[in-house]
Amino acid sequence: MMGRTIFIDPGRCIGCQACVSACRECDSHRGKSMIHLDYTEPGMSVASLPTVCMHCEDPVAPCAEVCPADAILVTADGVVQQADTTRCIGCGNCVNACPFGVPKIDLQAKLQMKCNLCYDRTAYGLAPMCATVCPTGALFYGTLEELQAERPGVQVADSFVFGDVMVSTGVAMVVPADKVQWPVPGGLPVVEINGVDVR
Amino acid sequence: MTATDPAKAVSRPVPVPLDPSISPPGTRNFRDAGGIPADRWHADQNGETLVPTHCCFCGVQCGMYLRVDKGGKVFGVEPRNHDINRMRLCPKGINAYQQVNHPDRLTAPLMRRSRDEEFRECSWDEALDFTVSEIRRIQQAHGNDAFGLLGGASLFSEKTYLVGKFARVALKTKHVDYNGRLCMVSAAGANKLAFGIDRAGNPFSDILLSDCLLIAGSNVGECFPVMTQYLWGARDRGASLIVIDPRETAIARTADIHVALKPGTDSAFFNAVLHVVIAEGLTDEAYLAAHTTGWDAVKAIVQEYPPARSAEICGVPAAQIVQVARVFAGADKAMAWHARGIEHHSQGVENCLSVINLCVATGHIGKPGAGYGTITGQGNGQGGREHGQKSDLLPGGRSITNPEHRRQICAIWGIEESELPGAGTSMMEMVWQMQRREIRGLIGICNNPFVSLPNYAVVKDGYDTAEFHAQFDFFLSETAANAHVVFPVTTWAEDEGVMANAEARVVKHNKAQEPPAGVRTDTWVICELARRLGAGDHFDFPGSREVFEELRVASAGTVNDYYGITYERLDETGGIAWPCPTTEHPGTPRLFEDGRTYHPDGKIHMQVVEWHPPMDAYTEEFPLSLTTGRTVAHFLSGNQTRRLGALVEQTPRPWVEVHPSHGFRTGDPVRVVTRRGSEVFPALVTEAIRPDTVFIPYHWPVPTAANALTIDALDPRSKIPEYKVCAARIEAAERIDEVPAPPVPPGREAYPEAQVSRTDPLPPTSPQGRGTAERS
Ligand code: SF4
Ligand code: SF4
Repeated sequence: MMGRTIFIDPGRCIGCQACVSACRECDSHRGKSMIHLDYTEPGMSVASLPTVCMHCEDPVAPCAEVCPADAILVTADGVVQQADTTRCIGCGNCVNACPFGVPKIDLQAKLQMKCNLCYDRTAYGLAPMCATVCPTGALFYGTLEELQAERPGVQVADSFVFGDVMVSTGVAMVVPADKVQWPVPGGLPVVEINGVDVR
Repeated sequence: MTATDPAKAVSRPVPVPLDPSISPPGTRNFRDAGGIPADRWHADQNGETLVPTHCCFCGVQCGMYLRVDKGGKVFGVEPRNHDINRMRLCPKGINAYQQVNHPDRLTAPLMRRSRDEEFRECSWDEALDFTVSEIRRIQQAHGNDAFGLLGGASLFSEKTYLVGKFARVALKTKHVDYNGRLCMVSAAGANKLAFGIDRAGNPFSDILLSDCLLIAGSNVGECFPVMTQYLWGARDRGASLIVIDPRETAIARTADIHVALKPGTDSAFFNAVLHVVIAEGLTDEAYLAAHTTGWDAVKAIVQEYPPARSAEICGVPAAQIVQVARVFAGADKAMAWHARGIEHHSQGVENCLSVINLCVATGHIGKPGAGYGTITGQGNGQGGREHGQKSDLLPGGRSITNPEHRRQICAIWGIEESELPGAGTSMMEMVWQMQRREIRGLIGICNNPFVSLPNYAVVKDGYDTAEFHAQFDFFLSETAANAHVVFPVTTWAEDEGVMANAEARVVKHNKAQEPPAGVRTDTWVICELARRLGAGDHFDFPGSREVFEELRVASAGTVNDYYGITYERLDETGGIAWPCPTTEHPGTPRLFEDGRTYHPDGKIHMQVVEWHPPMDAYTEEFPLSLTTGRTVAHFLSGNQTRRLGALVEQTPRPWVEVHPSHGFRTGDPVRVVTRRGSEVFPALVTEAIRPDTVFIPYHWPVPTAANALTIDALDPRSKIPEYKVCAARIEAAERIDEVPAPPVPPGREAYPEAQVSRTDPLPPTSPQGRGTAERS
């Protein structure tokens, strides 16, 4: 987990999409939002949770690793940038590689876009737009210590399991207190490959 | 402050040292220290300036900066580290700036001599002269009271003061009211009866100090999203949360106790809770003896509401009533916040009084972290009624029927007391009077009754019957589209003025850009109409500042005392809560700390509350409760938010929320039928609602208007309509009604972005109706 990062607490999310609207206002990709808001149990409950780029640390940024044009830069402090527009060829490899479904391709412009942790703001000590406006603190920007000072007893996890693969991320999730540092199950279980039941 | 004065606009108000005890969670030190570094990240090398102001929408009144470009045009928003919201904004606040230079803006007066004609653009002189001649014609033929005025609670307080004064002094009519009548007048009435003052008892920051929060009839997550940070902050420190709501809303989802009661049964529930509190010896007898009157009568009446009886009425387990009583009364410091869910009823005042009785009986009042509050829907829902826009009130909350109050105001206005009209009727009653041709002409300012009043058929008939109707707005609302004259007026970003938020904290909005050519401020239009009506001497106001100076003086010495509040003080602080009698007074964020109320005897006057069933009876034909409410992406009648692409995409259309037990699947066309009519909506099947209740969000016009179905029954005291409950049935339908686009001025194309998904027949994907985030 990088020093000052985003913490996601689905328990607080009210699904208001302020994060989505705010992301659209960010100067580095104005007009497009790089956040997904998912509803975990539609028809059952109003539960929702936002997904931003998780800024994978280990293996380091699968999107950047597969990029044939070397367009995705990972900064020294672990921020995975959006593709460099002068290099990106819009091939979509990064979309396929990302375990969290984060990068998007603007098909017309043939360019990739993704959350870059608002480097234009964080470089000046401001929180990313989404975490700044989030009315509930479901998106929190700061260090783990700052989070815990505000929310006594809060526990987080920054690793996710996808089948056999474990991914450690720069962005962390708030988890139930008894699940501290347990990997969070990621993705959907694979039940079938080419028509063959692999359960 | 104007956009043409960038030096001033850049220099933000001097940061006021924050009291750490009221610092909401989520505010890191770097925010406190810097907020937005105006000199660094701030793009002033591009000529950008940040104008500090507030959101134009709900009663939270979040602080924000409007980003103004080199050409003096608003082009964006930037969060602001204001005391109220600490940078946080909801999607409406973030997108609000887009309406300032929106292509649908009205930029010239529109006029037609009869409703059979098309609108044509005309000059200001022509529109004003026609309006004045119609006022004269109607008043000469039918008396002064044949002309009415309807204001709005999204106007700055200066403008609401002018609306009240214009009605009484220039139009000389008693018929003036405002759309806050549809908002929180039940709470206002209850607070006045119990405490002699019409406002919330505590600031939001007290929520952080509380041990138990009771939220009754308020979907905080969607209607007041930024207030959620205070609730979650209290919970971080172990406060319990009790939510009373027929739907499992986002805050109900994580509450300790969620009481999903049947709509329209709130006072039966609260009476039973008080019954248990008494039975278990949890009352604060010392407080009751020292500070209240009427307790014995209240005690006697709640004996008739044992939990078993109320459980039956409310459709909830009796054990839950007992649990709520124990948790609320047993807490060290407890607070109750309520909103339209309990106020929009034919027993709205009683519902609020039953909550007050509970707070008072348990001694949870007038302390840090203990008290009550009502959450205002409109930005100036609180301030909008304080200075004489309401039919029965004069500035400073004075009563128009009190001879002493009348004398005081006439002295300030420089008119004879005999010239001052008496009390008029409420907004819905004025529509009925239009139907009966008692009111024949109407000016509407900043309201959209065609979407926001109940029983659309009656509203349309009333307005159609009126001989003359003029409307002030900056977009052509559904109501303005029915008018004879439409005056294009400024948005909140093009003028300055104050609003009072849900805490009764007066905040100042600043001017960020010049209005587009052809657009005038509401103040200018009102004063110009007054001048042409021959009352110009009383309306010599160049701008908001001059009106505010008169308002300060007019409120001096009253309960709603603004005298000590000045524009300069507001610029320097995070806002000042009234009463504020002198310019040295710090304001009054928390009421009754000394145990005294604003009644002459200083006591809390507890009131007896009896529950009675909702006005629309359930029968075999209409077995279900229809309830209505808001969604996070839209504001009130949607005239503003239904034009903003991002918000339309977030929630493109209304739906009907139904329980799975009715056998529908999500997306099925469902006809909702009430005694007023029927409409078809896509079903959103969810377990987050009671099986006997259906819900429709109300921001859309016919044929997808919840308010074509709701009943125009009123609370006898507050005259608030019973929006939150009426009898209904649902049945399978063939097709889904298309959502109409908001009207646009003649000769103009509708803004294409606002058309996104308008005819999409699918309901939103989540139970609370927020659509998928992005389509890209
Ligand atoms: S802004 Fe916060 S509460 Fe709202 S949807 Fe995004 S994460 Fe959830
Ligand atoms: S609508 Fe209300 S909560 Fe949303 S930004 Fe505006 S004032 Fe804040």
